Amino acid sequence: MRAESRSHLDAPLMVFLIMLCLSSLFILYSATGENDGAMLRQVIRILLSFAVLAVVAQISPQTWHRWSPWVYIIGSTLLVGVLILGIVGKGAQRWLDLGFFRFQPSELMKLWVPMMVAWVVSRRPLPLSIPMTCLVLIVVMLPVGLVLLQPDLGTAILIAVSGLVIVILAGLRWRYMLGALICVAVAAPYLWTYLHEYQQRRILTLIDPWSDPLGAGYHTIQSMIAIGSGGSRGKGWMAGSQSQLEFIPERSTDFIFSVFAEEFGLMGVGALLAIYMCIVFRALMIAYAAQDTWSRLLAGSLSLTFFFYVFVNIGMVSGMLPVVGVPLPLISYGGTSMVTLMFGFGILMSIHSHQSLMNH
Amino acid sequence: METAQIKDYQRETTLAKQRLSIAAGVVVLMFCGLFFRVWFLQVYEYERFETLSNDNRIRLQSVSPARGEIFDRNGRLLAENKPVYSVEILPSQVDDMDALLNQIARLIHLDEQSVESFLEQVRSRPSFESQTLKLALSEAEVARYAVHQHKLNGSSLEVQVVRNYPYGEETAHSVGYVGRISQDDLAEIDREAYRGIRYIGRLGIEGMYEEQLRGKIGFEQVETTAHGRSVRVLESESPINGEDLILGLDIDLQIMARQALGDYRGSIVALDPTSGDVLAFVSNPVYDPNLFVNGISQENYGKLRDSLDRPLLNRALNGRYAPGSTIKGLVGLAALEYGISPASTEICPGWYSLPGSSQRYRCWRHAGHGSVTLQSAIAQSCDVYFYSVAQQLGIDYLHGFLTEFGLGRRTGIDLHNEPTGLVPSKEWKERARDEVWYPGETVITGIGQGYMLVTPIQLAVMTATLANNGTRVAPRLVTAVRAADHETVQELPILIKQQVNLSDPGSMSIISDAMQEVTHGERGTARAIGADALYRMAGKSGTAQVIGIAQDEKYDADKIPERLRDHALFVAYAPVENPKIAVVVIVENGGSGSGVAAPIARAVMDQYFANQSNEVITNETDTRVAIAQ
Repeated sequence: MRAESRSHLDAPLMVFLIMLCLSSLFILYSATGENDGAMLRQVIRILLSFAVLAVVAQISPQTWHRWSPWVYIIGSTLLVGVLILGIVGKGAQRWLDLGFFRFQPSELMKLWVPMMVAWVVSRRPLPLSIPMTCLVLIVVMLPVGLVLLQPDLGTAILIAVSGLVIVILAGLRWRYMLGALICVAVAAPYLWTYLHEYQQRRILTLIDPWSDPLGAGYHTIQSMIAIGSGGSRGKGWMAGSQSQLEFIPERSTDFIFSVFAEEFGLMGVGALLAIYMCIVFRALMIAYAAQDTWSRLLAGSLSLTFFFYVFVNIGMVSGMLPVVGVPLPLISYGGTSMVTLMFGFGILMSIHSHQSLMNH
Repeated sequence: METAQIKDYQRETTLAKQRLSIAAGVVVLMFCGLFFRVWFLQVYEYERFETLSNDNRIRLQSVSPARGEIFDRNGRLLAENKPVYSVEILPSQVDDMDALLNQIARLIHLDEQSVESFLEQVRSRPSFESQTLKLALSEAEVARYAVHQHKLNGSSLEVQVVRNYPYGEETAHSVGYVGRISQDDLAEIDREAYRGIRYIGRLGIEGMYEEQLRGKIGFEQVETTAHGRSVRVLESESPINGEDLILGLDIDLQIMARQALGDYRGSIVALDPTSGDVLAFVSNPVYDPNLFVNGISQENYGKLRDSLDRPLLNRALNGRYAPGSTIKGLVGLAALEYGISPASTEICPGWYSLPGSSQRYRCWRHAGHGSVTLQSAIAQSCDVYFYSVAQQLGIDYLHGFLTEFGLGRRTGIDLHNEPTGLVPSKEWKERARDEVWYPGETVITGIGQGYMLVTPIQLAVMTATLANNGTRVAPRLVTAVRAADHETVQELPILIKQQVNLSDPGSMSIISDAMQEVTHGERGTARAIGADALYRMAGKSGTAQVIGIAQDEKYDADKIPERLRDHALFVAYAPVENPKIAVVVIVENGGSGSGVAAPIARAVMDQYFANQSNEVITNETDTRVAIAQ
């Protein structure tokens, strides 16, 4: 406990995260076609992300709790700013360019929203009353709406989930949830008309990707062929024909799982899923052990959102879910989501280690 | 208050922990779901996806064989496969096609029509298939393009093999040409056999021997990327190149013969009488077959098609002419075979009329030839003698005899679409025209006028058959086929179409003597060409009317428009002792057969013998050569 208290890092979680990042480098070497430059950039991103994790873990949960409303307000303001810039710049805008540094405000909202929701929820005794539920819904839907306007469906869904998970964890009555589900089912046909045509097509091709094998169904089909042809043992590292011959689209980012499954087979997939499950369960344990409601709800949201990431990505590349731009967490090439995820794990570790201190 | 708060806190904690436990259960279930899904794809449906994956990566590509080349009898290349530089464009790599074409157009010349057809290809073919923008760049264009290539994304300089005819127009009517396989062709040919092959023989030898020249395509199983780029060859079957063809044609003789024809429209065919080898096959005017290889422009094609001189017409094969007096030797042979004595005489008063008719058939010599025998009638080309012979033999006998020598029937030359020509008969006239045969029509058939139509190749076969003692051989352009390995040469067999058996074999030499009188005799119509020849030849002049001349009207060349003037004809073979060459010359609107056509025939024979190793002549005509020297 002593070493842990000094570094504020959670040893089991660190081990699993490092294992995942090493797997990422391993499969990216194959998926990027032995691109040394890309590998170097990814290594730097991983190191940077761990640095972020380490720093965030040092800050006490109390501090994060205090900051919750402010980061939420600043984040939402930046989202509005991005939208205005987008209108001025005539086109989809997700980035904010600060000259020396470009970042996506929507990315950090994945953290600020659950922090804010947990903050709001924990101010009143649980379970949630109906007015409180409505207030929480407003807090969630405001940034989700702004992100949808960019438009960035994948991020919007993840933000919504990170907030709504807290509502459920906070003990929303099952009958309310049932009612909400019925409402969604009723509203679905109406919402359908609000989707972009390409989004509608993605959902339709999910039902039958082979109806348009060279068009909208192409990505899904090629990805399923890659996974399926990997078999139980895989085609071998750097020997996946679907990935090496460029049949898999976005093979180093959103579709990295197809490359992994093709080259390492069901055995590799089993191992990867096991690492993910260990991370999620370790994170859920931290939530379970948390000492106050805010920490517990936030930790629960962070762990379940992380799992949701994994589920949506693998579901998407294996043809169970529509194609939305969600990378495979900590494996896909690219830095933005990695920093956010590690930020989240930093908060989790902070929650865990600081309450251990309090216990002493 | 305190306890209430603590109670609340405990309640909250219990509730949240309960929910977290449920969530953990859901997470486990969903992980199982993911694993099951992947198991389903990787184990349960493995074989299906394995197959799809292989279908994806392995592509069967055809490897085209090299088309066989065509050589003349002396090994001169008449049709070759020539590598040229071309600009290829891969549409999938081009962002803005118009901009790219504009850039390229500044470097190399692009004509509108080829750009049109290029864009058509781009529209109709998959975008990862490279298309040719321009073939055969000049050296300057290659240099300019190469300098700017780095700016022209999606285009590249490639080497392509195109069919080329080095002698161009000289071989247009014999070798013919190939063309690019069109959409129309694809409907008719065996697509599998032509996969990856660009050209198909259209005309002449190229069309006739398509099967041999084409070869057999090979295959390569290649691993390709999603963008169609080949990564490596897994398995392959080599193509078998097409066979080379060796022609009997002597390209020097061919060129010289056409020069001798000058600006006249007409045809010259020279055959080896014993083998049927076509030594020269001239049809004038000509066109450049290279224009057709990669698609002729509308403008150029229009010019050729609409020209009054009809350069696209293969006169040697398809030109049909009245043979005129050139068949008098053969009609004379028919007379001998019929039983008319070579010594019997006929009086030529300058005209002939059938008994009981006032219709007069005029002799070309209005003053008449007086008393003529078979020999002098041939030498002087007396019409009256042959009017009389034709009348005695009757049309059916004449028809039968002339046909045996190849007139009015296909010669069997190795070219497509040979016409039959026409030697009239009573039966023909009833069938074709539903009219009875008039005796007067028999009379003019005796001098090769009337309905009779023959092609230059048929006349050449007739002449060769006379030279070859009645053995009629099918003429042939291709004499040998050389396999793609360049080693095994297969000589094609000589095809004897017919052996004419005369009741008196001596008749042949009587006609030969008579035809020698034409060129060497004191009163021979073509004595001018025989006078100083180093070899002895047999010949017969002919003049065929293009328009009918009314009875008692005199033909005056100067008064008649050029295109209505008589055709000048001459047939000959030499040396008479052992004929090596039979020549037919037809000069359209040339006027006099003996004056215009005969010297051309002489020139062709001179050239042929000059090119032959001298032994051919000296062996058989050593005495005369010695005297001449």
